[in-house]
Amino acid sequence: MSYAAVKHSLVEWAPALAVFAIGILAWQGLVAAFNVQEFLLPKPSVIAQTFWDERGSLWDAGIYTFKEALGGFALGSSLGILSALIFAAFRPLGTAFMPFAVAANAIPIIAFAPIMNDWFGLLNPFSKMAIAAVLCYFPVLITTVRGLTSVDPRSIELMRSYAAGRGTVFRRVRIPASLPHLFAGLKIASVLSMIGAIVGEYFGGPITALGVTILNASAYSNFPVAWAGIVMASAFGILFYGAVALAERLTTSWDPSRRDFHTE
Amino acid sequence: MTETRPAVSIKGLSKSFKTGVTALTGIDLEVRPQEFISLIGPSGCGKSTLLRIIGDLIEPSEGIVEVNGKPAHRARLDHDYGIVFQEAVLYDWRTVSKNIALPLELLKWSREKRAARVRELLELVELEGFEDNHPWQLSGGMQQRVAIARALSFDPALLLMDEPFGALDEMTRERLNLELLRIWDASGSTIVFVTHSIPEAVFLSTRVVVMSARPGRIAGIVEVDLPQPRTGRTREEPRFFELVTDVRERLAAGGADIVSAEAE
Repeated sequence: MSYAAVKHSLVEWAPALAVFAIGILAWQGLVAAFNVQEFLLPKPSVIAQTFWDERGSLWDAGIYTFKEALGGFALGSSLGILSALIFAAFRPLGTAFMPFAVAANAIPIIAFAPIMNDWFGLLNPFSKMAIAAVLCYFPVLITTVRGLTSVDPRSIELMRSYAAGRGTVFRRVRIPASLPHLFAGLKIASVLSMIGAIVGEYFGGPITALGVTILNASAYSNFPVAWAGIVMASAFGILFYGAVALAERLTTSWDPSRRDFHTE
Repeated sequence: MTETRPAVSIKGLSKSFKTGVTALTGIDLEVRPQEFISLIGPSGCGKSTLLRIIGDLIEPSEGIVEVNGKPAHRARLDHDYGIVFQEAVLYDWRTVSKNIALPLELLKWSREKRAARVRELLELVELEGFEDNHPWQLSGGMQQRVAIARALSFDPALLLMDEPFGALDEMTRERLNLELLRIWDASGSTIVFVTHSIPEAVFLSTRVVVMSARPGRIAGIVEVDLPQPRTGRTREEPRFFELVTDVRERLAAGGADIVSAEAE
């Protein structure tokens, strides 16, 4: 990155960073000024201090929960992509099943978390992966089917003019054209997988899990630890989303809809 | 001698769509090898439909269509023609080189042969230096030149062009008209060219097929006896204006609303 580019991105990000700093300061100041009780809202400085003191156990708990989220993400997204390929290749099947996928995407799937805990065992990480996987499955399925099927008809016509068969059109046109849609689904799924794992843990799990740490800390009125746990969960969530977004940038840098500037 | 067989032969062709609309009726046309023939007519005269029937992208309701002496379907499977649409229809994820090489990949050319052919074509359409750019980095005129190079890549005997310059500004269009004539001369191919523009049809063609609307019929054929090669000066010759007037009058006789046809 050149000096000018660094300077440019600093200028670009300065307003957001300023809002963040002012927000934290206002939080700190208002809690102190109105003497807000700690169980309602601890000061950011207290949360930060607790986060630092408990960093070892919070990190372990974060990793434990992130592994559940990642496992669920991998499982749910792969199944979503696989189903999407099948539904796009065999349209009648897609026509029969997709309405249910769209409907399922609109229901609060997280409500099934206690059922998953019953099925796979409270202490088994797979129960959390399962709920995360179900949460990830539908958005990935829906966006990928849309990507595979909403290809410009002229680009299909062009392939037909080259006497290309359906398999070739699928491999050379539909799949690459679906990548931006797929990544839109994966970004949603990355967020949902962390939610699925943590909420799954709220319904019970080993004490090494982040959700259980947050739950227990709240139950025993240890609010700074609960908040520090939330900060750790947020950090993992943001990093996961960022990693998927980075993969998107590296994979679909050719996508014109990503361009917000002109070259000429 | 195979030299004398027509590049395209159409006998008794008609096309009705499921909606009941008759797009084309009673079409008889022979295109001689190395001819540059334009199809001109008002919107809805079925000229794009006729082009797609020649390319076997749409099936005719009645009639026989032969390309290079064989049924249109066989000709498509044999890669006997290249096609260019109004939009460039480039694949966003492919670089300029790889877009041009796509038909060659489908024809299983070796990497070395493809690279050599792409270099020739980049020179032909004057896009050297842009081989590694993606489509979003090119202007509309450059994108269309990539599409032309791609259509010519496997050296088809016939080039089908559906208003290829219709979306471009007047200056780019006139420059690409001259380039196309140079390419036509260099490649020795036959061109069937659909256009809305009377001067463009007269400037480019050896013959102009004037069509009338609803249902689409051939209203007349104008032999363009302007000397070859055509240059920027050709558009200033009295004979050019006579031929433009001739085509215009035949369009009017065919029931075309000249004012609206020219506005398009």
